[in-house]
Amino acid sequence: MSRAATAAAPAVQGVRTDARFLVLGVYFGFVLTKSEAMSWYRVQEMFRFQSFHMYGLIGAAILVAMLGVWAIRRFGLRGVDGGPITFERKPPQWRRYAYGGVVFGVGWALAGACPGPLAVLIGAGVWPFTVVLAAALLGTYAYGVWEKRLPH
Amino acid sequence: MAELLDALRGPWPWYLAGPLLGLMVPLLAFFGRRRFGLSSNLRHLCAVVPSRVPYFRYDWRREGGWNLLVFGGMVLGGAVAGQLLPDPAPLVVADATARDLAALGVETAGAYAPASLFSFGALFTLPGFVAMVGGGFLVGFGARWASGCAAGHAISGLAELQLPSLVAVIGFFVGGLLATHLLWPWLLGGGA
Repeated sequence: MSRAATAAAPAVQGVRTDARFLVLGVYFGFVLTKSEAMSWYRVQEMFRFQSFHMYGLIGAAILVAMLGVWAIRRFGLRGVDGGPITFERKPPQWRRYAYGGVVFGVGWALAGACPGPLAVLIGAGVWPFTVVLAAALLGTYAYGVWEKRLPH
Repeated sequence: MAELLDALRGPWPWYLAGPLLGLMVPLLAFFGRRRFGLSSNLRHLCAVVPSRVPYFRYDWRREGGWNLLVFGGMVLGGAVAGQLLPDPAPLVVADATARDLAALGVETAGAYAPASLFSFGALFTLPGFVAMVGGGFLVGFGARWASGCAAGHAISGLAELQLPSLVAVIGFFVGGLLATHLLWPWLLGGGA
């Protein structure tokens, strides 16, 4: 093998790894759109306890994800690249989860979308949600500025 | 073939879409050795612009490049599912919800969101502005404060049996109920 080909190998590897994430994103975005979880109405149904759809959807998603995490931990499964898969404990900053959670919940019920749904709504061509995403970025920036002054 | 295409176009029931959404967690762990979570992308997108704020001073390409690709992929996935293979039928809303919303003056016209609240024109009305700009702002602010959103806390956090995620998800629900049952009726001037 020529020296040039050897030198190019890591770059090719990088592109391949990146493509993996893009493909997984397309997969998740497609299913999310077909699940209609990014509809403002579905979120209203959920917070009014008037449809089982979102509960079934999120519950089934958690169950399958849980089974996957359990299997990875139980059998010490490794990633496709041979590296270990770890799930770090989230730090016990209870106030941030409680306060931040409530603030996020208010936003979710108002906008009817959270970060993932915003991505698929824009992809689906529901353009007013570009404004919602811009506002979400502004909110994120504001959090970054005020971070030190908020309870965590 | 036509049947398959119809199945792809139409909305998927929760017992099909739910497990497929949950599968994202082990898929991402196995293929990418990464933990599923979407709201950190909002931080990465802010960090792209050089800033003096410490929260945004880090190597976003290195830490968040992979996740921005997931996020970008989702935009593509939404385009394929929503524009290439769109559902020909209007969105069906639960009767009780449609009635409650009608009482508040919000239409259910078959779109993903009511145009009376989510359109560029609605930005100039109080409810529309609060929903789009206020709601968006709080989603970004709250998700970063709570260090996760519906993906990172509700799906992967609960799947990992993380107590912090349970606290966050309870918070999501408290906030959602407050906004739905107090804030929305007040904003729309209906019976609260």
